[in-house]
Amino acid sequence: MSVAKPLPHDAAPLHVTGRARYIDDIPVPAGTLHLAFGLSTIAHGDIAEMDLSAVRTAPGVVAVLTAEDLPHENDASPSAHDEPVLAAGTVHFYGQPVFLVVADSHLAARKAARLGKVRYAEKPALLTLDAALAANSRFEAGPIIWARGDAAKAIAGAAHQIEGSFEVGGQEHFYLEGQIALALPQDNGDVVVHSSTQHPSEIQHKVAEATGLDMNGVRVEVRRMGGGFGGKESQGNHLAIACAVAALATGKPCKMRYDRDDDMVVTGKRHDIRIGYRAGYDAEGRIAGVEFLHLLRCGWAMDLSLPVADRAMLHAANAYWLPNIRIESHRLKTNTVSNTAYRGFGGPQGIIGIERVIDHIAHELGRDALDIRRVNYYADAAPEGARPPAEPQTTPYGQPVEDFVLGAMTGELEASSAYRKRRAEVDAWNAANPILKKGLALTPVKFGISFTLTQYNQAGALVHVYQDGSIHMNHGGTEMGQGLFQKVAQVAAASFGVDVAKVKITATDTGKVPNTSATAASSGSDLNGMAVKAACDTIRDRLAEMLAAEHQTEPRKVHFEGGRVFVGEADYRFEEVAKKAYAARVSLSSTGFYKTPKITWDRVKGHGRPFYYFAYGAAVTEVVIDTLTGENRILRTDILHDVGASLNPALDVGQVEGAYVQGAGWLTTEELVWDASGRLTTHAPSTYKIPACSDRPRIFNVALWDKGRNREDTIYRSKAVGEPPFNLGMSAFFALSDAVAACGDGSLYPALDAPATAERVLMAVRRQQGKRA
Amino acid sequence: MSEIAFLLNGTPVRVDGEAPTRTLLDWLRETRGLTGTKEGCNEGDCGACTVMVSDGESVEALNACILFLPQLHGKAVRTVEGIAGAGGALHPVQQAMVDLHGSQCGFCTPGFIVSMAVSHANGATDHDDRLAGNLCRCTGYAPIIRAAKAAETAPLPAWLADDRSALAKLASGDSGDDTAFRPRTADELASWYAAHPDATLIAGATDVGLWVTKGLRDLSPVAFLGGVEELKTVTVDDEAIRIGAGVSLNRLREAIAPHHADFAEMIRRYASQQVRAAATIGGNIANGSPIGDGPPALIALGATLHLRHGNARRAMPLEDFFIEYRKQDRKPGEFVEAVAIPRQPDRLRCYKLSKRFDQDISAVLGAFNIMVENGHVTAARIAFGGMAGIPKRAAHVEAALIGQPWSEETVETASAAFGLDFTPMSDMRASAEYRLTAAANMLTRCYHEMNGRPARVLEVAP
Repeated sequence: MSVAKPLPHDAAPLHVTGRARYIDDIPVPAGTLHLAFGLSTIAHGDIAEMDLSAVRTAPGVVAVLTAEDLPHENDASPSAHDEPVLAAGTVHFYGQPVFLVVADSHLAARKAARLGKVRYAEKPALLTLDAALAANSRFEAGPIIWARGDAAKAIAGAAHQIEGSFEVGGQEHFYLEGQIALALPQDNGDVVVHSSTQHPSEIQHKVAEATGLDMNGVRVEVRRMGGGFGGKESQGNHLAIACAVAALATGKPCKMRYDRDDDMVVTGKRHDIRIGYRAGYDAEGRIAGVEFLHLLRCGWAMDLSLPVADRAMLHAANAYWLPNIRIESHRLKTNTVSNTAYRGFGGPQGIIGIERVIDHIAHELGRDALDIRRVNYYADAAPEGARPPAEPQTTPYGQPVEDFVLGAMTGELEASSAYRKRRAEVDAWNAANPILKKGLALTPVKFGISFTLTQYNQAGALVHVYQDGSIHMNHGGTEMGQGLFQKVAQVAAASFGVDVAKVKITATDTGKVPNTSATAASSGSDLNGMAVKAACDTIRDRLAEMLAAEHQTEPRKVHFEGGRVFVGEADYRFEEVAKKAYAARVSLSSTGFYKTPKITWDRVKGHGRPFYYFAYGAAVTEVVIDTLTGENRILRTDILHDVGASLNPALDVGQVEGAYVQGAGWLTTEELVWDASGRLTTHAPSTYKIPACSDRPRIFNVALWDKGRNREDTIYRSKAVGEPPFNLGMSAFFALSDAVAACGDGSLYPALDAPATAERVLMAVRRQQGKRA
Repeated sequence: MSEIAFLLNGTPVRVDGEAPTRTLLDWLRETRGLTGTKEGCNEGDCGACTVMVSDGESVEALNACILFLPQLHGKAVRTVEGIAGAGGALHPVQQAMVDLHGSQCGFCTPGFIVSMAVSHANGATDHDDRLAGNLCRCTGYAPIIRAAKAAETAPLPAWLADDRSALAKLASGDSGDDTAFRPRTADELASWYAAHPDATLIAGATDVGLWVTKGLRDLSPVAFLGGVEELKTVTVDDEAIRIGAGVSLNRLREAIAPHHADFAEMIRRYASQQVRAAATIGGNIANGSPIGDGPPALIALGATLHLRHGNARRAMPLEDFFIEYRKQDRKPGEFVEAVAIPRQPDRLRCYKLSKRFDQDISAVLGAFNIMVENGHVTAARIAFGGMAGIPKRAAHVEAALIGQPWSEETVETASAAFGLDFTPMSDMRASAEYRLTAAANMLTRCYHEMNGRPARVLEVAP
């Protein structure tokens, strides 16, 4: 069967020859116009005067639009209608689009966009968490608090207490393909939009609002993105809207792509967070109670910040049974770019808090942090089929934990990575080396799978079988490199018992499958795999019924395998069956639909079952640091990750490897820096440093858990893989903390902030050495 | 601009009427419709636009986004569309990338393919270095390296030889015009530049390229120096190693390795393969950046700078060239001809400190040339980048060392002198405090290394 095969990415032969077409590669009609935004140069203020005469007269400029020129809605927000495409009187962050240039070339548009003269009446800008907190500048009326038990009492009554606070920086997505859209006006006033988006239906919705068209007048198509990582869930809205409005205004196709620097300035990033914590624990490190304070910098507009902050809270316990816990979350509104979805969607920000608490407890007790992790783990689930416990442990939000496997997985990884032996070797190294110190850490992840907004957990598909037996597959998921299309094609091929080459993968298109959810929350293959299977099975059942009637047998006895269809004594090539079905006037086309079962969620109470299931994994990372400069290196990483019964192990391993490196980058070299005026100073790859080739672990052992099988009835019992392994990068951060701790006498917890740049590592080392930081 | 001629994927092309600062990337994508080569950053930092450029002898990977069309005159260019063989048979690196899952979103992939094909053509197996200029956000690089290794021993594609023979037949063409001059000798350059002192000289364009792609500046007139072969020579005699201004960083790395191994090791981490293939040591010096990596090492080696204006030549210690931030002792119409390093026993140690090891601009670069005889420091030249508005010697530190016993106490005393030599700034790369602390610690590292104690994380085996 085609599922579970390690097939290459469907577009790999196109990728390697340069033939894979991205939106900027689509041949455009003659006369296509190009767009660029003029950006604000202050962080907060009213627009007092705008002199765009030099822009209008610049070579190649066709039109210049401001907020007043927009014909309908001036809004790009995916949530609260609070994010004008072009600043409406007031600018809220440095780099906000203020006006739109339409010109005859990309270069002409970029050049002209710099010629605007805008005078502002500046207002005080809230740039930091502290400033926003002091001004009570926030989304929602006050902090959101979810609690179970009595954390304060449990902490007070525990044998030991710790408290602390640390900063975790944001993260630029750095998809290699920047944001881009191309709008083609149609003869009847409709518009077709090519958008590099994870959420075509949202693009359709926002373009319809902005143009005054009904949604049926807007068709959005995307074949592939050059990376997304959450950065194309809502951040493509501005460009698509601008292109559609300009295209309808000029009657010409309009294309817009951000230059990389603009992209990094204009688009939102991972939310940076400050996490305060207090915990009480016993001599074994068992946590009796814990309190978290989450301060998230949301930026100036709401975007997706509320569900991001929710997910941080939902992951505050990670893999640990915490009977008494209180989480207080502040969603702070600042005059900085509006932060957005990024792989993990707040989950990593929640998880790193409890991992920090455990690391801190281990330090205080002088124990290996792995022991503290284990003592706090949820109990492993009973084997499938065995009687579940009468009172299963539950997450802080009341969801029974019925599929926990980290006890077993951690044991396997501990053995395969030779953790204990290497711990001793690291200790020996540190005793012998005054300048270079090593560190080792194992961190686990338990990640909830489903959108917390229940309505997003649905998907549609459209499948056709043609008379020649070839199959056309379409669904609402988008391809950003994760291999979704190939996985789902493998599902379709399995339904018909044909080779995957028979299945034509087609561009995501709002005209084929409507009302789709963003390809996000790791849910792409779970949702769309099921929807495609439903569509394929519908057609297959019709074929079986037709053949069963002809051969006077039951449809369930018709069997599809190896490109052939077996019925009674007869067998046919699949192509023959398709031809017969057409001749017999049997429909060879079907939609498919899926909605995730079992999930309920009361966001106000913070209680319910928001997740269909959990995905698990663990990583061991060893690092070395230089105590003179803070420079550091990942020497070795071992990962064991649970993807259930994999739909495609090669693609899943690729997701795990890539996610780990991206997660480690977030916590080490990827530093976003703003200056005192609120201007982002790390707005290009020259200054913002994602991991390069040699930053991957020197030794990198990645394995999928061979006992993995989803206990819930997911597509072929697989599990989602996009986001969970991102969290495994934390093992690098805590290995650095371990190495820093080796520089002192054990009395001072390293208390690293993230990203742990060489600079932060050196300053932490100097604190250990009792030197001025 | 006058006509330029080069081979594009094996076919001779002639380009006329394009602006001299039109980039190869824009021309490929917009004019030729060859959209396989991608724009990722438009500043030479991501490698998505990597193309293969050969001159009949060497085969290099270059960033097309900061490569101007006149730089290609007389060269053979291969884009990702020209890497496969006859009939579309995949190149070994292409096949390995498919088989070993080296692409996910695919947007960086064309650049990787070209870089890997260049490595393959050169028989290079130092893949981490060769691919340091290609960023991938999806894969974590592991499968890409597996693919690069898998293809190492596969036979070379036939088109490599075809390009060499076709290049031989390519007409050499003219030498441009006054808005885009392409001199072939240093004399031609000297007299033209003396007559056009406001012109912009373009060698590798790895910095000037950004003036165009990011600064959106119009540069005119310009001269392209790539055709001046005599500026690209390295000569070694008993007195000095003389490096022509047009010597690329990749070439310098090879040439200096036998003499000053740590200089070569530092250049390994200088930008990326693509940038080092284009960037010249002359450009690195002449643009006067306070964070250029070449000058501190050269100053520590006591290098002499050779300048030329028309037929007048002068020489000066390199450190004297840098007057203040972005101000150098260079007259209008005067250009860097060469830099010469006096022959000496190799004592040089270079420490490049940056947020990321590879392809990152230094926060601090320290170069130490300390002579110890009979347990005492008898000479010291110590220079830093990133610590002041110019590349600068640590004069107080040197003074605190010279004549003293080479000991921890001396190092500690001398470390305190860093604050007298430098008042670094804080920026997005590092804080002033970190710069100062790390710079002083580099002296400690130097001390340990000279005493045989390992002090570099890059040398720790897993």
